[in-house]
Amino acid sequence: MNEPASASGQEIGTRWPELAVAAALMALSGLVIADSLRVGIGWADDGPRAGYFPFFIGLLLLAASGWTFIVQLLRWRAEDPVFAERSQIGLVFAVLWPTLVYVMLVHPIGIYFASLLLIAYFMRRYGKYGWTAVTLVSIGVPLVFFLVFERWFLVPLPKGPIERLFGL
Amino acid sequence: MEELGNLMHGFSVALTLPNLGFMLVGVTLGVLIGVLPGLGGANGIAILLPLTFSMNPTSAIIMLSCIYWGALFGGAITSILFNIPGEPWSVATTFDGHPMAQQGKAAQALTAAFTSSFVGALFAVLLITFLAPLLAKFALKFGPAEFFAVQLLTFCSFVGMSKEPPAKTLASMMLGFALAAVGMDTVTGQLRMTYGIPDLLKGFDFLIAVIGLFGIGEILLTMEEGLAFKGKSAKISFKVVLQTWGEIARHWKTFLRSTAIGCWMGITPGGATPASFMAYGVARRMANRPADFGKGEIQGVIAPETAAHAAGTSALLPMLTLGIPGSPTAAVLLGGLLIWGLQPGPMLFVEQKDFVWGLIASMYLGNLVGLLVVLTTVPWWAAILRVPFSVIAPVIIVICAIGAYTVHSSMFDVFLMLAFGVAGYLFKKLKYPLAPLVLALVLGDMAEASFRQAMLLSQGSLGIFWSNPLVGGIAGLALALLVWPAFSAIRERLRPRSDSPVPDAT
Repeated sequence: MNEPASASGQEIGTRWPELAVAAALMALSGLVIADSLRVGIGWADDGPRAGYFPFFIGLLLLAASGWTFIVQLLRWRAEDPVFAERSQIGLVFAVLWPTLVYVMLVHPIGIYFASLLLIAYFMRRYGKYGWTAVTLVSIGVPLVFFLVFERWFLVPLPKGPIERLFGL
Repeated sequence: MEELGNLMHGFSVALTLPNLGFMLVGVTLGVLIGVLPGLGGANGIAILLPLTFSMNPTSAIIMLSCIYWGALFGGAITSILFNIPGEPWSVATTFDGHPMAQQGKAAQALTAAFTSSFVGALFAVLLITFLAPLLAKFALKFGPAEFFAVQLLTFCSFVGMSKEPPAKTLASMMLGFALAAVGMDTVTGQLRMTYGIPDLLKGFDFLIAVIGLFGIGEILLTMEEGLAFKGKSAKISFKVVLQTWGEIARHWKTFLRSTAIGCWMGITPGGATPASFMAYGVARRMANRPADFGKGEIQGVIAPETAAHAAGTSALLPMLTLGIPGSPTAAVLLGGLLIWGLQPGPMLFVEQKDFVWGLIASMYLGNLVGLLVVLTTVPWWAAILRVPFSVIAPVIIVICAIGAYTVHSSMFDVFLMLAFGVAGYLFKKLKYPLAPLVLALVLGDMAEASFRQAMLLSQGSLGIFWSNPLVGGIAGLALALLVWPAFSAIRERLRPRSDSPVPDAT
């Protein structure tokens, strides 16, 4: 069966992701080996040097991921299992991008307000809730976390300018 | 027997009011974690671990292990009612559990699942009670070379026994080791692989990796299925419980087999997930009517649940006695022990009797409490899952972010968590196993330390690993397991082809 993987246009095959991940792992192993060589992989008077162990780890990682890479190349023409459908990837990104924005916002505006925005976004965009429900939950949940973490467990979480206004 | 005396002492430690309270809180949290996708046993414990820094270690481990038991129980609820495994080890429970629910027998399925879990765990704890001290005494004879050999055995068995391609298992494991090596080397004080990034001075924390890989990664995976949970409802009445108990008592052989499988998979690092699948497969093969499996056969619920819970519990045996966690969640608990300054291994049984035996006693109690809690509160958990994913998903993300932040109060860790999340998603999709990664991340430094100490003793000769029968035997077994997949692959090739039209002349 040599049909192109995206015959229906809706599916993404595993070939490219496999290559990409294997290549990324090979690149990482390169970093490991390079730094181990820098630190020294030989033997000092009192045992192996700091780079000894990581060097072999890097080598094994290179070998293993290189093997996967080559196997994938050799299997290029064979039947390509489905990685995911486009709609599914779309859903994954629909969670990934807001989460990325959320994490980036935590430092400037504090985790409580960032969480408020994240919850409100999801409820509004995907849950199609009305503004009352959205406000209640997106304020309520961070409030509960505030009480649990800051007051009960006494664990400080990142706060922003708005909390400072309140003197928290 | 000395063990019973120690156990009684442990009960006196565990049966204090605060510790009982922690048990209850732990079990309840655990069931919640087991029920919600994205918050798994390993992940949930990882998030709550930093919060226990202010508690005394005995109470902390009691609570955390009760979370583990709760998660083991809770995973079954979503599997049966919603056909969505709340935990990886509950996947096999969906095969027959959900069909039973669809036939209106949800309460029986749930009761069977919970009781099986309890029985499996009970056996495993009995095993721990009597075997652990023996193993610990035995392990006192271990030197660095022996410890390294055992760790080598663990890693090799992962590569050899994994159902994923060995290259990917090896790559995953090596990645874990590499991540563990980043940061300051404790022996020489040199910086390794930090490449000038100050945040990497402290290295990669396994907690961040676990929260990212198993938490965010799980959410991303669940997203593929869309944003809806539709499930059956269930209420468990006392009459149904008694009826079901009568019914499952007939399947005592399944119980025994599955417990054995579970305990074995827990002790030799495999964990609850492989145990559940193996037990299901064995039960089906041994059954009178194998064709009934998958259509709502109660044995199909008993087998995986017993095995999973037995494995999850017995995973603590090598963790406590040898410092080798038998499952990813045990790996997180091991990390916790290290953080509290408790060195798992034979000395733990000698120096920290209160801790160890308090923990073991709490396993009995925690599982009993867990069974009671879970039998009585099923409708609540089902109700929680009706909260739409559009609300649950962001809340879980927030919890994960908070969890990642509280480890070192570092924003960098939260970004790292996200990176691990994406990696977890990709790895799961491409069939790179995550357990070896986590295991290597937790054990990497210890394994390296054992190796270097052994090298120091032997003045650089690798021969120390063959210097006595014990270490040689373990090392040999390790290597055998490592080459097993290559060996059996070659054997497959050499076997005469069976698709030739000419019958074999036998």
